[in-house]
Amino acid sequence: MSALAPPAPRQSAGINWRRLARALLPALSLTLVLAAIAWLNPRAISYFGFTLMLNLAVPIALATIAQMFVIAGNDLDLSIGTFVGFVCCVTATWLKDAPLVGAAMLLGCIGVYAALGALIYLRNLPSIVVTLGMSFVWQGLAILLLPKPGGKAPDWLLAIMGVKPPFIPFPILAAVAIAAVSYFGLMRTSYGAILRGSGGNAIAIDRAGWSLLKAKAGLFALTGLFGVLSGMALVGITTSADANIGNGYTLLSIAGVILGGGEFVGGRVSPIGAVIGALTLALAASPLLTFMHIPPDWQVAANGAILVIVLAARVMISQKGRE
Amino acid sequence: MAVADVTIVSLDGVEKSFGAVRALGGVNFSVSRSECVGLVGHNGAGKSTLMHVLAGTAAPDKGRIVIAGVEQRQYSAARAKDLGVRCVFQELSLCPNLTVAENARVFHPALRGFNWRRKAGKLIVDKLDEIFPDHGIGASDLIQDLSIGRRQMVEVARAFTVSDRPADLVILDEPTSSLDAHTAGQLLAFVRRSVANGVSCIFISHILGEVLRNCDRIAVMRDGKVVVADRAEAFDRNKLIAAMGGVHQSEREVNSASVPTGRSQAPVRVRALPARQSEGVELIAHEGEVIGLAGLAGHGQTDLLLSIFSASTRRRVGVEVAAPVALVAGDRQSDGIFPQWSISENIGVRSLSKLRDGLLISRRREDDLANAWRDKIKIRTPDMHNNILSLSGGNQQKALFARALASDAAIVLMDDPMRGVDFGTKLEVYALIREEARAGRTFLWYTTETDELKNCDHVYVFRNGAIVADLARDEISEERVIQSSFAGAH
Repeated sequence: MSALAPPAPRQSAGINWRRLARALLPALSLTLVLAAIAWLNPRAISYFGFTLMLNLAVPIALATIAQMFVIAGNDLDLSIGTFVGFVCCVTATWLKDAPLVGAAMLLGCIGVYAALGALIYLRNLPSIVVTLGMSFVWQGLAILLLPKPGGKAPDWLLAIMGVKPPFIPFPILAAVAIAAVSYFGLMRTSYGAILRGSGGNAIAIDRAGWSLLKAKAGLFALTGLFGVLSGMALVGITTSADANIGNGYTLLSIAGVILGGGEFVGGRVSPIGAVIGALTLALAASPLLTFMHIPPDWQVAANGAILVIVLAARVMISQKGRE
Repeated sequence: MAVADVTIVSLDGVEKSFGAVRALGGVNFSVSRSECVGLVGHNGAGKSTLMHVLAGTAAPDKGRIVIAGVEQRQYSAARAKDLGVRCVFQELSLCPNLTVAENARVFHPALRGFNWRRKAGKLIVDKLDEIFPDHGIGASDLIQDLSIGRRQMVEVARAFTVSDRPADLVILDEPTSSLDAHTAGQLLAFVRRSVANGVSCIFISHILGEVLRNCDRIAVMRDGKVVVADRAEAFDRNKLIAAMGGVHQSEREVNSASVPTGRSQAPVRVRALPARQSEGVELIAHEGEVIGLAGLAGHGQTDLLLSIFSASTRRRVGVEVAAPVALVAGDRQSDGIFPQWSISENIGVRSLSKLRDGLLISRRREDDLANAWRDKIKIRTPDMHNNILSLSGGNQQKALFARALASDAAIVLMDDPMRGVDFGTKLEVYALIREEARAGRTFLWYTTETDELKNCDHVYVFRNGAIVADLARDEISEERVIQSSFAGAH
């Protein structure tokens, strides 16, 4: 270690710069969106403003983390949106009226996710096909449960989502907690390394004697768990449910993972980045657009345009960093 | 044998086939404790398959595997690890998205608990320090950010780390292929130290000098069998080459600067300088010539063909192409055929402008073209409208030749196209190539089968991405090609 080879110092400096840039990119896009909001409406940067603007950020962040787990294993979950909707319906009906049955149903959902992961691994099926099919299953079940919007969130859930902590708005505290838990679980635990490795080089993990079946089922079960949390959080905010409530979450969650520095293949994901990506999307969605005086009719299209610009910028910057 | 010690691994009559290809045809092989066995052989001799069998990642069709005196019936990768058999595979088996320490953790299930990251990092960095003292690799570096040479260093070091299970036999498959001379020397010195401490090694290398200098015993493989195995002192370079190639020949030093004789006077069609060629020889192909590209697999032949191919549509430094180009892909399943299409469509796709009728493709002309080539090249099918997958492998390959030859391309690049093709088909295609060459086409033919080079007018031998020998027709011989492929390891 004492005598470094001549090219070594230069190269390691390059690596550090690249890793730093990769890690800071998501934070940069969040800062840009915040700066735009502050410029358009300085009063929004306040305790009350953040509580209002980040109202829906908690369920989006949870859905994004859910999506991140499947992406870590080189898969994609196209059913997360309708799954969140289904969980909302269960929460607003069964979990309120018969808590034990409701809890069993939600646990069963996580089991279904684990089974899907096992099926995808064992039969070597493309995950987008399986989860696209499942998205219709979840949607159908949600409509069966709640044909028209209604139901009511359990009181304890309303209480949790309505907490008003001193100084720091609840959504920000919740986002930090979500990021911390998922970062520790996936990036710091010894089994988390195996889970990520299964996306990076499955053959190597297999040769080292680990079960890829367990890894895949585990990743999908984690997706199911965070999907359930996302649906419960959403009902806690909206107080009642609707079978179509979560439909937009599928694409939002994928965009959040990618915006946060994740890649579709290779097991490269970042839980902290994913949460920041979700916050960016939540802010760029309605608050920013409303402050820009864009009429509601055009907001969905404008939201899409912002997504395209932000993602394209990320790809361009990370390509530059690679060179 | 001088070290008549404890035999830790022995294979007895091991056979393994992949489809119709017989990779191992009854291998007998053994390794004793504290012994370094060198394994050499030409492309496709079965070395890598043998290693996969030993490492438990490929199950043999027949034969016995005995490890530490116990016959292994349910042998697997996990069992191999429990028994202390480690393997550094040629294709790297690190997870690029994980750090160096995390990759060590993947390898050692025992590394867990609260401070596993520190333990894993210390384990791997200590071993790297021991083998490559000035490696410059940190435990928290991501593998994807390391150069290929450093990745190989991590991979090798990881194979020698010990946590709860022993490392009794370490198999090194081309471990020095991405290392420079300095680090390769460090690795070889470490291998000798480990062997002195009771570890056994199997060392596979194409660099014969390394094998001769560092191994106690050398086994030579050819055509899926171990043909000779003896103490290293019993061999020298010539004997090894003779055993691999089967012909005794006195050593003739290859002079890469020798001026080739008897080149065609026809116009030059291709002039290409391999990217890693510093000076001297460039590849030149004249009209009507069949040019062979030889050497060990993966030494830059395919890269050069691909750069010639792309030079036909946009300018590239160091490559000049004077006519349209067609490529016959080597991996026909992934790069060659369109699996959903019929045979006719697969043949016609390179000639669409010729088949066009207005904006659409003329079905009649496509059929005419396909049928003409069916008769000429003898594609065995009742109907050219059948799906391409209804053909046998050899006939699929013929369809790919037809695609190239039916086109307007005056230069045909062939990327080892005869892999897995039966002998009869090969002879037919050879005749066709000669006929087309007489008619003025130029062929650039990369092949791993030395026999095929006899069909060439001129052969360039590649090593490490550069041309190392330039053989005229009367100089082409198997020994000559093997000599050049292994030169530089004196």
